[in-house]
Amino acid sequence: MLVTEQDALRQEIKAWGDMYGRDRTALIPILQEIQRKHARISEYAMQIVADMLDIHPVEVYGVVSFYSFLDHKPKGRFVIRLCRTISCDMHDKDRVARQLQNDLGIRFGETTPDGRFTLEWANCIGMCDQGPALLVNDHVFTRVTPDKVHDILEGCRRAMGVHAQEQMQEHLV
Amino acid sequence: MSATQNKTGGMHPTTTGPLSFGSVKPNQGLQNAAKKSRADIIGELSASGMKGRGGAGFPTGVKWNLAAAAQDSTKYIICNADEGEPGTFKDRVILSEYSDLVFEGMTIAGLAIGARQGIVYLRGEYSYLRPLLEAVLERRRTQELLGDNILGREGFSFDIAIRMGSGAYVCGEETALIESLEGQRGEPRNRPPFPVDTGYMGHPTVVNNVETLAWAACILAKGAAWFKGIGTDKSTGLKLFSISGDCERPGVYEFPMGISIAELLREVGGEDAKAVQVGGASGHCVPAKCFARTLAYEDIPTGGSIIVLGPGRDMLGIARNFLEFFVEESCGQCTPCRAGTVKLLEGVELLQEGKCSMKYLRELCALGETMQLASKCGLGQSSPNAFLSIVKEFQDEIMGRTDLAAAGKE
Repeated sequence: MLVTEQDALRQEIKAWGDMYGRDRTALIPILQEIQRKHARISEYAMQIVADMLDIHPVEVYGVVSFYSFLDHKPKGRFVIRLCRTISCDMHDKDRVARQLQNDLGIRFGETTPDGRFTLEWANCIGMCDQGPALLVNDHVFTRVTPDKVHDILEGCRRAMGVHAQEQMQEHLV
Repeated sequence: MSATQNKTGGMHPTTTGPLSFGSVKPNQGLQNAAKKSRADIIGELSASGMKGRGGAGFPTGVKWNLAAAAQDSTKYIICNADEGEPGTFKDRVILSEYSDLVFEGMTIAGLAIGARQGIVYLRGEYSYLRPLLEAVLERRRTQELLGDNILGREGFSFDIAIRMGSGAYVCGEETALIESLEGQRGEPRNRPPFPVDTGYMGHPTVVNNVETLAWAACILAKGAAWFKGIGTDKSTGLKLFSISGDCERPGVYEFPMGISIAELLREVGGEDAKAVQVGGASGHCVPAKCFARTLAYEDIPTGGSIIVLGPGRDMLGIARNFLEFFVEESCGQCTPCRAGTVKLLEGVELLQEGKCSMKYLRELCALGETMQLASKCGLGQSSPNAFLSIVKEFQDEIMGRTDLAAAGKE
């Protein structure tokens, strides 16, 4: 990590500290901000947070490792979480899972080499009447069928502003 | 996301039957409460006989009364919007369409127990609801329904903040939720002391389910007698049910407490069901021969999750899905739950392979009963329920299986 990057992160975390406070109750909101902005919470970020809140960094690590939406390891720009709980399972979530793996070329728990997509399982996301359901970051997609997977991924790529030409080149590579 | 995929672009509307929440005059409950003494508000709620709608069924009036009696200048109202039970989505619908009623209920609760601060603990999976909820809160502040001297009542100050969860089912347990709010891992505390005595930051705290708070506002608007007149003697009032699975019309429905499973299945088009999972992963599996039983605290208590299992469903697959859920979501703090859920899952795998002796199955059931007794919190205590009820009711289906062997997976 460059020194300038470290400084920038330190400034950011300080600003979030000003917003949420500098006691322990501010810990999770600050970590959520870091996760949202950087798609991960690095050890360096944990140390800064620990110093600011005057707690041991292990306490911060304990919290980060407990919650499934907080991550130490880098994640993709888009985290796709497919619900695997009962009602979605009963409505063929396995077929959607297979298609996601085929179209992304990764398995569950992995991130694409270009850093765009992470594929994960989720436990019940509260869309049981409309399964199979998945989350792409904060966005919900329900009644997903295998043939819709491609459209969802394309929507993400468009949102990232990737031009068709670049995509073509990626395919050629 | 692109324009065609806005926040809920990929989401379909949830079917709902007619809900009473739509027919209550906005803020009527709060206006009525503002004219009453604290004791009268709690008295009204106690007279209604309402029990917590999250599933545990603790009388709401008693809970408020305990918190009101606690001696402390700082108290909190927490709305438990960490709806994580498999098969439950009623709180999502309430928060999407009737959030005013929930905030009204919180404000009434604040007045009743003498709290000035409310917190909504919203599960991370529902983050898309947050902008909507923040907008409603902001509007309520400008309408002077939140803030200082609400509705002109001297000293009636209350405000509500939203805090997000981060993907942990166990945080729906009230003490784990409080731990999470305090910036800790979401590991349940020992009870007692209960949150009404020692809750958030050590202060008396009422933790109520989203639906409970919405009904509280309705009860203050329409009166305890209205609520008590519906349902059964021990389970009064109306309840929202989240219905999913093998039925024609899944969605959120309002029924009086005490409705039989058979009646409910007729309403949603699932009459041919083989079984119904009541109460989600932590609930019980009810076979067709027991469909005359009722959904009430005195018969089958539930937080409202109803998963209809059609004629062709493999019950062992259902048990396996639930146990995988608990293995993932166990917080790992106490041994019966952490190790027991893994052992039960291994047992289900043995059953699927057709390799489980009756002796070992009985040992697994004994382990399940130990987990019910020895686990620290509700998650652990209820984690073997689905397994035990499926073993009990469908023993002939799950023993001596040859399907995996026949499929060449052995």
